[in-house]
Amino acid sequence: MTTTEQNIDQILIPILEKVSDPEIPVLSIMDMGVVRSAVIENNIVKVEITPTYSGCPAMDVIGDDIKVALKKAGYESKIDLILHPAWTTDWITPRGRKALEDYGIAAPLNAEADKDVLLNGKRLVKCTNCGSTNTRLVSQFGSTACKAQFQCDDCQEPFDYFKCLK
Amino acid sequence: MKNENLYNYILGIADNSLILGQRLGELTGHGPSLETDIACTNISLDLFGQVRSYFQYAAKIAGDERTEDDIAMLRKEREYKNVLLVEQPNTNFAYTLGRQFLFDVYHLAFLKELQKSADLTLSAIANKCIKEVSYHERFSSDWVKRLGDGTEESRAKMQEAINDLWTYTDELFHQTEADKTMVAEGIGVDVTKLKEAYYKNVSDLLLESTLEVPESKYFQKGGKQGIHTEHLGYLLSDLQYMQRTYPNMEW
Ligand SMILES: [Zn+2]
Repeated sequence: MTTTEQNIDQILIPILEKVSDPEIPVLSIMDMGVVRSAVIENNIVKVEITPTYSGCPAMDVIGDDIKVALKKAGYESKIDLILHPAWTTDWITPRGRKALEDYGIAAPLNAEADKDVLLNGKRLVKCTNCGSTNTRLVSQFGSTACKAQFQCDDCQEPFDYFKCLK
Repeated sequence: MKNENLYNYILGIADNSLILGQRLGELTGHGPSLETDIACTNISLDLFGQVRSYFQYAAKIAGDERTEDDIAMLRKEREYKNVLLVEQPNTNFAYTLGRQFLFDVYHLAFLKELQKSADLTLSAIANKCIKEVSYHERFSSDWVKRLGDGTEESRAKMQEAINDLWTYTDELFHQTEADKTMVAEGIGVDVTKLKEAYYKNVSDLLLESTLEVPESKYFQKGGKQGIHTEHLGYLLSDLQYMQRTYPNMEW
């Protein structure tokens, strides 16, 4: 996991962990890996966030939510959107992956397996309802660009799969 | 403006994504099935996101009052630098996906090279976009195969779309004056070097899809110089309507 570039002041972590992804409310933005740095400079918190996908409409909301959360904790803040290094699904923490699955979204496979399920019809994605891997791709794009639609052929559950982004 | 070549160079890249994004956005609620509708509009959203990164950077380089929205919404037709391919209409699903495929293969190769740009912002944007565009290219290639190697009717429609759109492919590899300066400075991509691999990759997939590779050597050009097909004007009147009618309005 490449989280080494992260530079987050310890006392800010509990505050930022309470901010959730607006599209996946069970998932903290910290577990999503979108906060790349948060440091206090002259009483102002400087936060750098990076988008999951370029067009992700959640980024503006996430920026606003961080401002509100920090304000409640007594901090003024400045939010910057950075593009480099580019976000990867490897930055989703193990706790984040579990939150995704509990919410009904299958967590990303590794790059090779991802290609196999999206292009070669392999059945490797675990159904979030019954755990079976007897699942098939319905569409390469799901409810948002970061997900694909799958269906389980054992329990028939339709569900989203979070695509691997590397 | 201090760095007009770089500004124009960025617009040249971003306008392709803007106009193609707008075309795909027209399918919102009109796709042939729910899944393809959502896929096309998600690709559109990716492209608009990429455009924002480019235009925010361009606005910074311009260094005046103009914003990313002004650059996107308030130029005249002749000031848009996109290639003719991306402004072609959604005649039918085969055209939409054929257009997407012919652009994606180019887009992917272009971004691979742009990642090496001496301009760190452009290289970072390319690095971000390439991950998304890889998915676009998988999606469009997959559909060209499905329709090409599908029924007699889907094959005929896909072939017709490829034949008609082929005339716009050569322009992808034309160099503008801004291109040449940027290539010399190690910032821009030399698109002429992408041509051979492009036609090979495209031809390989067409053959795999049981389609014929068009032999026509007659190609259209002009988009990069702002001379567009009649389709762009209609697209822009749609795109710019809100800003022109209610200047400075915000969501
Ligand atoms: Zn199941």
